[in-house]
Amino acid sequence: MIQRIIIGGSGGQGVMLLGKVIAQSAMLEGKQVTWFPAYGAEVRGGTSHCMVTIADSGIGSPYITAADTLIILNQPSLGKFKKLIKANGLLILNSSLAEAGRQTKIKVLQFPFTGIALKLGNLKVANMIALGVLVAAQKTVKVNNILKVFKSMAGAENPKLLEINRRALEEGLQLNHG
Amino acid sequence: MKILLSGNEAIAQGALAAGCDFYAGYPITPQNELIAYMAKHMGAGTKRSPGPSRIFVQAESELAAISMVYGAAAAGARAMTSSSSPGISLMQEGISYLAGARLPAVIVNIMRGGPGLGNIAPSQADYFQATRGGGHGDYHLIVLAPASVQEAYDLTQTAFDLADKYRIPVMILGDGILGQMMEPMQLSVQKIKTAPVKKWALTGCRGRKPNIIKSFFMREGGLEQANLKLQQSYESIKQAQIRFEGLFLSDAEIVVVAYGTMARIAKGAINRLRGAGKKIGLLRPIGLWPFPQKPFQSKARRLKYLVVEMSYGQMLEDVRLAVEGRHPVEFLGRSGGGVPSEEEIIGRLQRML
Repeated sequence: MIQRIIIGGSGGQGVMLLGKVIAQSAMLEGKQVTWFPAYGAEVRGGTSHCMVTIADSGIGSPYITAADTLIILNQPSLGKFKKLIKANGLLILNSSLAEAGRQTKIKVLQFPFTGIALKLGNLKVANMIALGVLVAAQKTVKVNNILKVFKSMAGAENPKLLEINRRALEEGLQLNHG
Repeated sequence: MKILLSGNEAIAQGALAAGCDFYAGYPITPQNELIAYMAKHMGAGTKRSPGPSRIFVQAESELAAISMVYGAAAAGARAMTSSSSPGISLMQEGISYLAGARLPAVIVNIMRGGPGLGNIAPSQADYFQATRGGGHGDYHLIVLAPASVQEAYDLTQTAFDLADKYRIPVMILGDGILGQMMEPMQLSVQKIKTAPVKKWALTGCRGRKPNIIKSFFMREGGLEQANLKLQQSYESIKQAQIRFEGLFLSDAEIVVVAYGTMARIAKGAINRLRGAGKKIGLLRPIGLWPFPQKPFQSKARRLKYLVVEMSYGQMLEDVRLAVEGRHPVEFLGRSGGGVPSEEEIIGRLQRML
């Protein structure tokens, strides 16, 4: 089993963090994993992305040229990465800030992550709602491992921060069930 | 317990574990996480990083950094610097001096695109510079090329030991992908190693004859003698310090030769072709100097090599020298930010089969 995920959005949307949470959770499950960031002059407002590969055995290239899953949080990133998704791949899209257009060869799950995050009271957790959708759809990693990772992250020593991320994840899990 | 670290951080962590007590560097992408990690952890016993007091300097330039490393090494420290391609070019004068003065040091090059200021994309185009010396004069560095975050951590510790053992600068040669990529790695809980006692070091000569560290030999015959000593040392390194990984070599009809990140991409391609019953093997030099020549002395009748690099053919020359015309050697390479993909490698191998 090997799963290749590209996560794209604008600088400040927590694209790198989302990738790291997935990578750390996969590590807790004893899987092989690589996390590879865009490391150019990425700035808040510009596009930013990372590539996460999860596998049962050794991973060759950490650089992804054909993705099983795309998580896209803004329109410019969709333009940049939609050509890299495999046929029958999954696109998880933030419909608050991007439009999928007509897609026939891939599966699309789109929800207004940014809008939902605002309702939860923190714009920045749109990324974790998207993570909930990913996990509900593909069982990429286990929810309890994600919660462990949340707890281990330095910023999450703050109980309010931990709680809002947990709620965002939960919200995402529900979306895909609904 | 495993932790998730980037290659840059793993090298820094490896240096800390090896007892590196002096670091000087100047920032440059794609190795900034390394200098940042050293800045954070080299200081005296913080809560996060207990341990001896160590010195960290963000130098004003690469030339200053390598010269500080020269000074610290002469004084007996386990000294290190890191940079990326254009910065390593700036350090060549100092590296040649380190070699000439027989000073141990660890130099990390996380390669980016060149020539010139190039770009920040991953590259392997500094192979010639690393393995042929780089600066002026008859000298070599030991060059180690990790292919994973774990190996980056492990080989950095090896680098410090080899540097002290042979009194030679050792280079860790990685690329932007290795530096930036995060992977789980095992942080072996080991005591911080301390450098061996260095009787030759400049530690103050009260009660003993002064030691002299220099690379300047004006007396007639003096330099030749010093250079012959260097050559002797290189000879013993060539005998004892050969490192490579072989995969499926026993029945391979085509052997892919690649190092560092390129080797893991090649491994992905090879595993896919093996799954389809194709007899492809991998030879991954881990030490680039000295280069592992023996594994190329195969007597197999049907054997071809494919060298894959993020350059237009540098290690290729070492492979050809090692194969000595016994077997065909083909090449696949991209540079300037291009990274040969698993698919490109598979395509080429299928044409060769």
